[in-house]
Amino acid sequence: MGPGLTFPKGAAVAAVAFEIDGGVAYKACKQVSTMSQSQPVLQVTDLTTQFDTQDGMVHAVNGVSFNLWPGEFLGVVGESGSGKSVTMMSLLRLIPMPPGQIVAGEAQYEGVDLLQIDIDDLRDIRGGKIGFIFQDPMTSLNPVLTVGFQIEESLKIHQHLPSAMREARALELLELVGIPSPEQRLKSYPHELSGGMRQRVMIAVALACSPQILIADEPTTALDVTIQAQIIELIKDLREKLGTAVIWITHDLGVVAGVADRVVVMYGGQIVEEALVDDLYESPKHPYTVGLLGSIPRLDQKGEDLISIPGSPPSLFKPPEACTFAPRCPWAYERCHTENPALAPIEGTRKVACWWDVENDRPRYDH
Amino acid sequence: MTTEPMQAPLESQPHDETALVNVRDLKKHFPILGGFFRRQVGAVRAVDGVTFDIRRGETLGLVGESGSGKTTIGRVMLQLDDATAGAVTFDDIELTATKGEKLRKVRPRMQMVFQDPHASLNPRMTVASIIGEPIKEHRAAKGPARKQRIEELLELVGLDPSHANRYPHEFSGGQRQRIGIARAIALNPEFIICDEPIAALDVSIQSQIVNLLLSLQSQLGLTYLFISHDLSMVRHIADRVAVLYLGKIMELANASDLYTDPKHPYTQALLSAVPVPDPKLEAERERVILEGDIPSPAHPPPGCPFNTRCPIAQERCVTEVPEWRELADDHWAACHFAE
Ligand SMILES: Nc1ncnc2c1ncn2[C@@H]1O[C@H](COP(=O)(O)OP(=O)(O)O)[C@@H](O)[C@H]1O
Ligand SMILES: Nc1ncnc2c1ncn2[C@@H]1O[C@H](COP(=O)(O)OP(=O)(O)O)[C@@H](O)[C@H]1O
Ligand code: SF4
Ligand code: SF4
Ligand SMILES: [Mg+2]
Ligand SMILES: [Mg+2]
Repeated sequence: MGPGLTFPKGAAVAAVAFEIDGGVAYKACKQVSTMSQSQPVLQVTDLTTQFDTQDGMVHAVNGVSFNLWPGEFLGVVGESGSGKSVTMMSLLRLIPMPPGQIVAGEAQYEGVDLLQIDIDDLRDIRGGKIGFIFQDPMTSLNPVLTVGFQIEESLKIHQHLPSAMREARALELLELVGIPSPEQRLKSYPHELSGGMRQRVMIAVALACSPQILIADEPTTALDVTIQAQIIELIKDLREKLGTAVIWITHDLGVVAGVADRVVVMYGGQIVEEALVDDLYESPKHPYTVGLLGSIPRLDQKGEDLISIPGSPPSLFKPPEACTFAPRCPWAYERCHTENPALAPIEGTRKVACWWDVENDRPRYDH
Repeated sequence: MTTEPMQAPLESQPHDETALVNVRDLKKHFPILGGFFRRQVGAVRAVDGVTFDIRRGETLGLVGESGSGKTTIGRVMLQLDDATAGAVTFDDIELTATKGEKLRKVRPRMQMVFQDPHASLNPRMTVASIIGEPIKEHRAAKGPARKQRIEELLELVGLDPSHANRYPHEFSGGQRQRIGIARAIALNPEFIICDEPIAALDVSIQSQIVNLLLSLQSQLGLTYLFISHDLSMVRHIADRVAVLYLGKIMELANASDLYTDPKHPYTQALLSAVPVPDPKLEAERERVILEGDIPSPAHPPPGCPFNTRCPIAQERCVTEVPEWRELADDHWAACHFAE
């Protein structure tokens, strides 16, 4: 393997020094108190989704729970196959069923469970109060309809706007997302636009009904970095203006650092760590997060050697009966191979799913 | 208005005779055919006059957004595609003027690692035959010696030699990239072009591959052209960096100079667009947000190629091609106003 780097155990411990920093602690407290005063806009509990495939049962999402607070920017990170998309698609019941099945869980939104309500009611919510944007806009834009028609259609269905007002509103939306010559663009077909412009149109469609929640699944992964910067700036700006809560899925830890208030880290279909963004980057608690942050180089400094996390992501053909990171984890001990750690609160607002306390180098629990 | 090639005449280029590779005013234009008779109606100026050297033992990073011509440069350098104009010299052999047996003789000394380990490995061949193929073709070893060499190579790239008879689909993405690397080093090359070798891999696997490339470089004394759109990784791995835009080099410098003191407005904007995994820093950073999209290389703008998006463009940028100038020691850029 590479020049000598197998995941130095010191990394996490060194990072912990920052923890005592009053600034961070203060910020965390402040956020907790504001959070506890309001209700989450979305409360997901124990979501479990599987796919019944020819090769066997894929345990894609295994007991995922998280809250989304009003106006919050929640980052969801994890490598491909970790269950990010299936989690969000399950909430809106957008996974193909079969082979998919939502085996368990609840998703409370405005007093209803999205997983139980009538599909027609859910359709009203999708693209209305909850908007979404996908990595590839071509999968959700209709290639044979003009951009204007598609935005207006959404306004018709969800907001029941009379046709006279729809065109004006569509124009306004294209302006809002920074599309040049919007009058002309209303008449364009998706294929006539560049990747960045199509993604803007997707955002315009998603925002058409002033959603309370915007779910963005890797919306910039396919774009060049200068275009990605445009889109990120746009969404940050829109969040400020409209107060939309955003769930932003990505595998790019740089992007998350720049946009998120809070982050959940997914691995093998489970959330393994949850923290405010500053806390997570300053002192990651889960060995996977420690490894991940140590394995990426930085633009702003010529860093040390990169950590190599050995091995590869877990197979999802078995339900998790032990820690799914154990085969790659330098801290793994007996318990990790026999019991799956649950995501549990630690100090402040943080949560981690791990048996080992990496800072103090001892088991996290006495029992 | 002028449509002269942007870079200055060869005499004023950074020229290093001791370099392993010299690329001089290289161009690759792809014809656009159209109309009833499929005549040439235009050209995609994929590579439009680039000049650089790669010094022995160094890693030159080549960065640029998609479509800027990175892959085309690599392919023409290895003579997988013909150049439209210009010259590529490898260890004093002018590849662009070499053919047949002579070219075949130099080929093993230069290799390529591709982006997509799925597409670049034949699914019907075992790992042993994939890695053994170049050895066989160039009659480098046979029989037990070949088998032994294959095992040695597998070990070198961190794969289990006892897996030599497995097929590519039995390996993960990162392992497949290791197979591609083993094949590339099979004939003891001096020079390897790595074309986005980690772009298709997961974050946790990317660093495995980069660490492997770095350790092979020091063990085997390799020279790399490392092509990537990941500017952070290029800073980590490269000694010098060239920034490409619309088939032309905008800036070329030592990695540390380029990242700490970028001179070209495009480099400045590009670096400022890259997010840094540090929330505190991100909260403070001022961003240059470029407007608009990259123009098509079939219709590059006149003058400076960056003039349609440049935040400080002037009249002159549209009419006059900026000169390729050395602004500081070994730090080159093509901008009228860079200093
Ligand atoms: N339609 C499907 N059929 C079978 N398996 C699926 C399907 N969709 C997703 N999966 C599997 O579910 C797991 C999680 O996938 P996904 O949520 O897309 O990951 P991520 O978005 O984190 O990359 C993967 O193993 C994937 O192969
Ligand atoms: N065989 C080809 N025929 C026509 N155009 C091509 C061909 N190969 C590449 N191009 C074009 O040349 C430009 C540069 O492509 P490429 O070298 O692949 O860029 P990069 O690797 O930087 O993404 C692009 O506009 C691309 O569409
Ligand atoms: S539970 Fe054990 S194996 Fe899993 S991450 Fe924690 S220490 Fe590592
Ligand atoms: S030459 Fe003009 S357009 Fe080009 S980079 Fe310099 S200032 Fe900008
Ligand atoms: Mg996904
Ligand atoms: Mg390419």
